[in-house]
Amino acid sequence: PASDAPFNLGREALPEEIAAWDVDVLPDGRGLPVGSGDVWTGEEVFVEQCASCHGDFAEGSGNWPVLAGGFGTLADEDPVKTVGSYWPYLSTAFDYINRSMPFGAAGTLSADDTYAIVAYILYSNDMVDDDFVLSNETFFDVEMPNAGGFVLDDRAELEYAHWSAEPCMSDCKDPVEITMRASVVDVTPETEEEASAE
Amino acid sequence: MNMDDFAKTSRRAFLRGSAAVAAGTVAGKAAAQDAPDPLITELQDWATFTGYGVDETPYGLPIKYEDDVVRRNVAWLTASPISSINFTPIHALEGTITPQGCAFERHHSGAIELTKDDYRLMINGLVDRPLVFTYADLERLPRENHVYFCECAANTGMEWAGAQLNGAQFTHGMIHNMEYTGVPLRALLAEAGLDAAGDLSDKWVYVEGADASSNGRSIPMEKALDDVLVAFKANGEALRMEHGYPVRLVVPGWEGNMWVKWLRRIEITDAAVESREETSKYTDVYEDGTARKWTWEMDAKSVVTSPSPQMPITHGTGPLVISGLAWSGHGKITRVDVSIDGGVNWQTARLGKQGDTKALTRFYLDIEWDGSPMFLQSRAIDETGYVQPTKEALREARGENSVYHNNCIQTWYVNEEGVAENVEVS
Repeated sequence: PASDAPFNLGREALPEEIAAWDVDVLPDGRGLPVGSGDVWTGEEVFVEQCASCHGDFAEGSGNWPVLAGGFGTLADEDPVKTVGSYWPYLSTAFDYINRSMPFGAAGTLSADDTYAIVAYILYSNDMVDDDFVLSNETFFDVEMPNAGGFVLDDRAELEYAHWSAEPCMSDCKDPVEITMRASVVDVTPETEEEASAE
Repeated sequence: MNMDDFAKTSRRAFLRGSAAVAAGTVAGKAAAQDAPDPLITELQDWATFTGYGVDETPYGLPIKYEDDVVRRNVAWLTASPISSINFTPIHALEGTITPQGCAFERHHSGAIELTKDDYRLMINGLVDRPLVFTYADLERLPRENHVYFCECAANTGMEWAGAQLNGAQFTHGMIHNMEYTGVPLRALLAEAGLDAAGDLSDKWVYVEGADASSNGRSIPMEKALDDVLVAFKANGEALRMEHGYPVRLVVPGWEGNMWVKWLRRIEITDAAVESREETSKYTDVYEDGTARKWTWEMDAKSVVTSPSPQMPITHGTGPLVISGLAWSGHGKITRVDVSIDGGVNWQTARLGKQGDTKALTRFYLDIEWDGSPMFLQSRAIDETGYVQPTKEALREARGENSVYHNNCIQTWYVNEEGVAENVEVS
């Protein structure tokens, strides 16, 4: 067919193909499927599919990610960054869980299951009541606490301007002393066998 | 295990391979030999018998004596080795090209096996014609070759709060540098047509992989039309499985997370998707609890690779090669300064060759080592005039919790024995 494509390579993607692969959800809700799920259904699905890594209350387990809590800790020495305390958009939670969770069995959740899981995570974060039903209709009833917590990359103004002067070459400071040593922390794999063991 | 033992372990292959004499005790300059060297005066096996035939090794691996030049992981860093990181042995490498077989890996749901026959690439969204390409289609578009570094946004991230891991491999090894062959992303977008997108200045390109994690990221159109490559070869051969076989995105100068592997879909959108990998992850928390997002560029950075904790000085005093790497996501490295006294005095190093844009650059400083302890540092300067900052300056600007984008000046303390350690200094 006549085309202004320079090489006329590839072929037209079919609607079914686009629907199968294009499942991303934008912050304004575009891409959300029709469906719904309530907190209690979410708890059942969560306990079955998610709790072995993320804990019964989304509090995390072992080294696995914590999904709930951590409010007011972002300026602490050890911030706890969760869906509730850190994530700016609920769309990301739906999108990521629907596409990439559970770890090891991604893409197996129905839209309704995903709504229910997200509702349960919101409940675990004390962001909704236990009778809340999350759906494509109620999606924006939820306020994300840290939605305003992000700024665009401002290194150019705040840093580059200051760190572009001709640097000092001699007698730049007093003789130095060691203030911290990795050998004291001692967490580096020490032998080749240990380090390369997979 | 003390530092000396660590050094010996790391250099085991070297020591085993040489019939040598106790390390660290040989005088610097050419010394008189008091007895004939049997490696010269006695007939050796390899000079008598035959070696391996040309049918022995269809595709070779390094000689066994180099078995310490391997990727290493640090188990405690992540919950699962499936969503984890390993480290390039940059301490032992030279030049700038990273051998693919030991180039670091970072996966979020493991390295997947995807054949060329099964491979599909979709372009959809605000395009005139949503398209599906096969791998064979991609090979029919005009190609380009470019060398670029891929540095994980988290490289050196464990060092924000102090000196933690002992070795350049661990502190700076989430990086590789390869010669890529591929098709400019703009050429693929031209095939799909961008008239439907209208004004491109506020448009985005969302890219995702074929793996379970998908690793979706949003890239502004300006970058997509500039130098982003859809690559299918690296260092002359097909991509390794763990590096995205058969097709990955190459995003020059930008954080490694955006270099989507096993690339399956490119969507033109009128807004950023704000996916998990650009909200929960790859956002950088300031001291006051606010966070930077879309910190795409990797700033100018360098590290001395030898001497370093895994590369102690074993030859005693005298001539010493200080070797290292420098790079910048903003363009070419124009200069690297090296200090042996912790930043009190600096000397400008020699570049192995002219810096390439957004690629690793090798630097050298050749000194006479008198056996005194040293505090080795390197400081990169790029073509924008940006000077690599100290960790102190970075922490002053950002606090200790940004996780990503730690491009601080690294210090190695080298003691009288030539053993090096990761330290922070006043």
